[in-house]
Amino acid sequence: MAIRVEHEMHERRKGRNYGVGLLLVGFIAIIFGLTVVKVLQLGDARQFENFDHVARPQIIPVDEVAE
Amino acid sequence: MSDISLQDTSYEASMGDYFALLKPRVMSLVVFTALVGLLVAPAPVHPFIGFVGILCIAVGAGASGALNMWWDADIDARMKRTAGRPIPSGRVTPGEALGIGLALSGFATVLLALATNFLAAFLLAFTIVFYAVVYSMWLKRATPQNIVIGGAAGAFPPMIGWAVATGGIGIESILMFALIFVWTPPHFWALALFVKSDYGNAGVPMLTETHGRDATRKHIIIYTLLLVPVALGLGLTSIGGPIYMAVAVVMNAWFLKGAIDIWRRSDADCDADHHAVEISVFKVSLYYLFAHFLALLVEAALRLYGLGGW
Repeated sequence: MAIRVEHEMHERRKGRNYGVGLLLVGFIAIIFGLTVVKVLQLGDARQFENFDHVARPQIIPVDEVAE
Repeated sequence: MSDISLQDTSYEASMGDYFALLKPRVMSLVVFTALVGLLVAPAPVHPFIGFVGILCIAVGAGASGALNMWWDADIDARMKRTAGRPIPSGRVTPGEALGIGLALSGFATVLLALATNFLAAFLLAFTIVFYAVVYSMWLKRATPQNIVIGGAAGAFPPMIGWAVATGGIGIESILMFALIFVWTPPHFWALALFVKSDYGNAGVPMLTETHGRDATRKHIIIYTLLLVPVALGLGLTSIGGPIYMAVAVVMNAWFLKGAIDIWRRSDADCDADHHAVEISVFKVSLYYLFAHFLALLVEAALRLYGLGGW
């Protein structure tokens, strides 16, 4: 029995392998799409600049500066 | 198999066999009612988030179908209607069905929580547990009331759709739930009247077997009468309107007439026309549910243009 690179199983399971591949691509597309939608829904990007651990006077609300 | 080989020649399950585990026909009804629940809700949803929400509900429902097929493989093998399902026909092993059911349940619930909100995800998880554990494992083989309480699992999708949009529960979503919940028993018992011998062979306690066919006919008319106020009441809420009300009046009259026709029949009548009336009422019950949810959708579409509603 010759050792083949292409095992018979590769042919037999071709449909399943393509199916699983498509599902994974679809799953990635969904997660990516959700990320885009959710980030765009945040609105003002300066809101999450708060978390870069650097003092940024320009994002402190005006009324706090006045106190 | 004509040739002899050392290879494993047992059947290789295809993608389609795994998809069949998810009960695609039930899934289509779930997608439709969940979509209506989402679209009639007063809160706007981003189309992509709505799409992912419906997808999660559909996959969750499919996962509970796979769990049901795993648990009920022995029953399914003994009934003509279900003998061709993937597990009894030997195309998918029970272990695979269990694995797919559990994995997809987890994915669908977690993704729904992340994409929308925790209430929707909780309702989906509750629905899966209700269908797989409460209905399949506990009620189905124990009581002829199995489908009355088990029907709740099929009634949740519009409520989940509503929760995806609003993050809450309202009288409208509760009445959409109630509509499917009360509709399920007469719908299923009409089916049981013409496939009676099948359930008997499998040892599933259907009302037709435990209490007789006359009792089943009485139950159909009682539940249909209970259904009428629910259907009309839904029309009085914020998602109803004149078009829904007109559809509801016509469809309820039609379904009620069918239920009365069944109630008046005897077994001799059934044998004489090979259950023609029961089969036609079963079809009417399908139109009934479809028409109600379609009418809700029409009202919601008209509302966009300042029409529809009260």
